[in-house]
Amino acid sequence: MKKSHAFLPFVGVAILLAVWTLVTSLKLVDPVLLPSPYATFRTLWQGMLSGKLGVDFLKTVMRTIASTAIAAVIAIPLGILLGSSEKVYRSVEFLIDFFRSTPASAMFPLFLVLFGVGDRTKISVAAFGAALVILFNVAYGVMNARKTRLLAAKVMGASRLRVLFDVMLLESLPQTFVGLRNGVSLALVIIVVAEMFIGSTDGLGQRVFEAQQLFDMPGMYAAIFAAGALGYLLNLLFQLIERRFVHWAGR
Amino acid sequence: MTSPAPTLANRPTATFDESRRTAPHVTIRGLSKHYTDAAIYDKFDFDIPRGKLISVFGPNGCGKSTLINMIAGLVPADAGEVLFDGRPLSRVKFGYVFQNYREALFPWLRAFDNIAYPLKLMGVDKAERDRRVDRLVSHLGVKIDLSLYPYHLSGGQQQLVSIMRALIVEPEILFLDEPFSALDYEMTLFMRDQLQRVFMETATTTVLVSHDLEEAVYLSDYILLLSRHPARVVDFVAYDAPRPRSDKTMSEPSFVATKAHCLKLFQREVQRG
Repeated sequence: MKKSHAFLPFVGVAILLAVWTLVTSLKLVDPVLLPSPYATFRTLWQGMLSGKLGVDFLKTVMRTIASTAIAAVIAIPLGILLGSSEKVYRSVEFLIDFFRSTPASAMFPLFLVLFGVGDRTKISVAAFGAALVILFNVAYGVMNARKTRLLAAKVMGASRLRVLFDVMLLESLPQTFVGLRNGVSLALVIIVVAEMFIGSTDGLGQRVFEAQQLFDMPGMYAAIFAAGALGYLLNLLFQLIERRFVHWAGR
Repeated sequence: MTSPAPTLANRPTATFDESRRTAPHVTIRGLSKHYTDAAIYDKFDFDIPRGKLISVFGPNGCGKSTLINMIAGLVPADAGEVLFDGRPLSRVKFGYVFQNYREALFPWLRAFDNIAYPLKLMGVDKAERDRRVDRLVSHLGVKIDLSLYPYHLSGGQQQLVSIMRALIVEPEILFLDEPFSALDYEMTLFMRDQLQRVFMETATTTVLVSHDLEEAVYLSDYILLLSRHPARVVDFVAYDAPRPRSDKTMSEPSFVATKAHCLKLFQREVQRG
């Protein structure tokens, strides 16, 4: 019973591959638009191992990690600071919500003026978007710290600073990780879009866009799958870190 | 349990005049607390005796928990004074056990480190903290795997960890706010005896808020019966059955009579409202 359950996640994948194979082998769709799974994954495999795709993949990974790291370094301390006083947070809440709702892609022209064409613009726009998501979650995590737990620390004689570091900070960790996971996803989206359009010579976004321009369909699908795998793996990575460091979440 | 600085007041009671040992431990004078729609306490006076276990019992909403929360400084009083052997709360080591152990313990610390946390706040070094926790554990005869995180312990075990966390500083007074009301009956019975054992071992002045009259009488030297708000003392009932008390105690005439007496006063209060 349990053994068969382990295979369940692969059922959907198998069905997708079967349908895809069927469609391409019966030529139901123009083979130029939809290459066979075999051709696609061979391109993916070769591209990742020896071709330019692997280099582009790494470029995108580095930009996404860099922007998330910058966002986290700025947003986590700021979120703790804002969240530790509800009055302070309420007074800047509108600004945070407003800029959180502003599509980060709308900021590209502004950041281009500020930082020029290059990595700095891509990374800073992505960091901007991710930072607001992280900030919002950290602040809420701190504000929603269990009152009993704070009282317990206070009653044991903990100073305000001790309560902040020993209780509030740890209480906010589960929500902080929610913010980091959402932040890294958003950063990836922004980086890929930036790579497509603002004068890039590398990265997965540029790879997808170029393959499409050259009508290299297996190459385009391969790059899309690489981007998908990257998003999935980043999320998985943060989940593993979370389970390791926030073992009490949801218990 | 405040600053670890060895002020005069923090020294053991040996520095006090021995004659004060029979004096009340805590004196409450003119305590007042108003919420928007009602006066919960209005110039409330009471003395808490030393080294006794007293239960606070009364109608719903009469402010049983508010009383110990004001004494322990969790809730500010509007007016009045609470002194511990003449000293203010800030110079007293005390323990407080919350009803909601799940939210009162720190889930990121192992049970052992939860118990040791107040010592860490006092600046006690690691080796000494470990030594004191081990000593308390063997003193109380606790059989829990303290290397586990709280969420791996049963409700009763978690509350026992909470109680040990309150005891680790060797408090001169221990407050418990309905500590067993979130536990099932079987665990409640077990925990009553654990608390009785703690009290017999430490003889710490203990104030227990309870909504269960049987529990209040079973555990107490005195039962403080409060009226509807504004709360005043309806009666301060002594119950001196020898310890350790057991389930046999509960069928003894003195237990039944004490409980009946309290129940009668309680019901009169309920009907009065």
